[in-house]
Amino acid sequence: MKILTGNDLRTGAVIWWTGSGWSLFVDDAVDVGEDAEEILAREEAARRVNVPYVCQASIDAAGHVRPAHIKDRVRALGPTVRRDLAVTTAEKTGWDWVI
Amino acid sequence: MYRYDSYDQAMVEARVAEFRDQARRRLEGKLTEDQFKPLRLMNGLYLQLHAYMLRVAIPYGTLSSRQMEMLADIAEKYDRGYGHFTTRQNIQFNWIRLEDAADILADLATVEMHAIQTSGNCIRNISSDHFAGAAADEVVDPRPYAELMRQWSSFHPEFSYLPRKFKIAVIASAKDRAAMRLHDIGVRIVKNDAGEVGAQFYVGGGMGRTPMIAPLIRDFVPIDQFITYAEAALRVYNRYGRRDNKYKARIKILVHELGAAEYSRQVEEEFAHLLRVGVEPPLAELERIKAHFAPPAFVDGPKTIDRSDPDFALWVDRNTHRHKHDAYVSAVISLKPPGGIPGDASAAQMRLVARLAREYSFDELRVMHTQNLLLPHVRIADLPAVWQALEAAGLGAANMDTIEDIIACPGLDYCSLANARSIPLAQRISERFAQTGRTEQVGELKLKISGCINACGHHHAGHIGILGVDKKGVENYQLSLGGSEGEDVSLAKITGPGFDEDGVIAAVEKVTEVYLAQRAQGERFLDTYRRIGMEPFKEALYG
Repeated sequence: MKILTGNDLRTGAVIWWTGSGWSLFVDDAVDVGEDAEEILAREEAARRVNVPYVCQASIDAAGHVRPAHIKDRVRALGPTVRRDLAVTTAEKTGWDWVI
Repeated sequence: MYRYDSYDQAMVEARVAEFRDQARRRLEGKLTEDQFKPLRLMNGLYLQLHAYMLRVAIPYGTLSSRQMEMLADIAEKYDRGYGHFTTRQNIQFNWIRLEDAADILADLATVEMHAIQTSGNCIRNISSDHFAGAAADEVVDPRPYAELMRQWSSFHPEFSYLPRKFKIAVIASAKDRAAMRLHDIGVRIVKNDAGEVGAQFYVGGGMGRTPMIAPLIRDFVPIDQFITYAEAALRVYNRYGRRDNKYKARIKILVHELGAAEYSRQVEEEFAHLLRVGVEPPLAELERIKAHFAPPAFVDGPKTIDRSDPDFALWVDRNTHRHKHDAYVSAVISLKPPGGIPGDASAAQMRLVARLAREYSFDELRVMHTQNLLLPHVRIADLPAVWQALEAAGLGAANMDTIEDIIACPGLDYCSLANARSIPLAQRISERFAQTGRTEQVGELKLKISGCINACGHHHAGHIGILGVDKKGVENYQLSLGGSEGEDVSLAKITGPGFDEDGVIAAVEKVTEVYLAQRAQGERFLDTYRRIGMEPFKEALYG
């Protein structure tokens, strides 16, 4: 699946496209199929996201969204060396899938 | 320490106001990211993996307690309670909000700090010997010369859009503690046979994807001409440096392709021209700056240390450095606790260090390029009190220049350029050597880790270097041996095929075992490597 991500313009926080807005949680990301470029252009123009891009992902057996590339997996949860600063869903889903 | 005059302060405050307006326009949508990016980068504001990152300049690594306390305040008020000290003697804050950035710069300006020229294709923060002004072996304190270069290079209109970024280091001793020859320009302040002060220029060094050691271009420039010579060196680069290819745009490529002799000839030609133009600042300005760096009022005192506490004695042996006044030492504050994140300090730790500087070190602090902090002037009599305070705050690790004193870039945990994580390797290696007690046995061993080819972790200059690469989406690590950033500068060589995370940690252990088995009396790891060569290490690693 294709999902969209970027950084929030005001805060810089990593955000994921939910189909109707942006979420801090990768599990909220939806498959955008062929609409990626149109959504990116619209959302960037509306100043809701900074430097957005498309990334590949999959859904695991438990229904969690898993970005394909290690860099996006690290972005999804936060620095692996500061788990105390992780995005809050990390505690629910664990870290074993990041690396 | 240097204090801003009205010009310095006005320039910094004007830049804050300018950036505040630029950030407002970006937030209101009047600037696109493509328009805003070069503006924010000119003010040290990057966009990294998780948030905006602000890099604050610490000229030649020198700080006052008031400045360190401001960094602690920023960490607490605008970030997540900590900061990261870098290999350029700067500090980075990792969790900055764009809407706060101008306020942070305004706060920094109140303590004579800024983030100008910490990014972009300009002359970056000038680095220096962290022991400057304290080292027993220096010819002069190099910081007034670094400060003069800082003033010359700040907002220099001709050098605001260089082909690539440009890094300068200034030292003033035979011993190189600033990786001087791995800079675009390395300046060594020297005295000639007549006792006159001048500058040696090494040009065209650097790390990154094409590491090179800077050749000596000029062995003595009279001190009243050294800014002019630097201007000539930059001007030739600015004129002929390659702007068509980012990877060939650093001055090291130009010097290499022209050859040091031809580059030098062109610089001499430009230098002769500039001498006629008269761009050199008056010597009175250098003297004005020097007055800011007058030695503190050292007082005589005890020169011996009570070594009855073995932990304290080890810290003294490892983490203190000989001072020009024999009742003082320079004390290294390790930001490398075993298992810790190299270079990270909490706001509370920064405040403690600031207090110690105020009480015990004439209000002065240094940031070392090794990602540690330094109290430059500590009375020997005060060392027990300093050590006890550091110990209580988790800052008492006695590991300077050991395998636990690892330089590591932020890597894939923070950096958008990285291919692999660096910090977890540093944590595991330092923890393992601390637990097994091998650190002392191995002695001086400089291990440096970079998470990508840009080499912010100085892996080319490590006795042992590790480079993280992306191997089909999986982290992989190349091991290299034999680098040095010191006066015996050399570039490390790759051992062979890379390793996964567990594998590279095991490989580090293996190469230290080879060293311990083969070392001759008094040899450091690097000495043994240079004597026996790569083969015994390769045999142990790949057999």
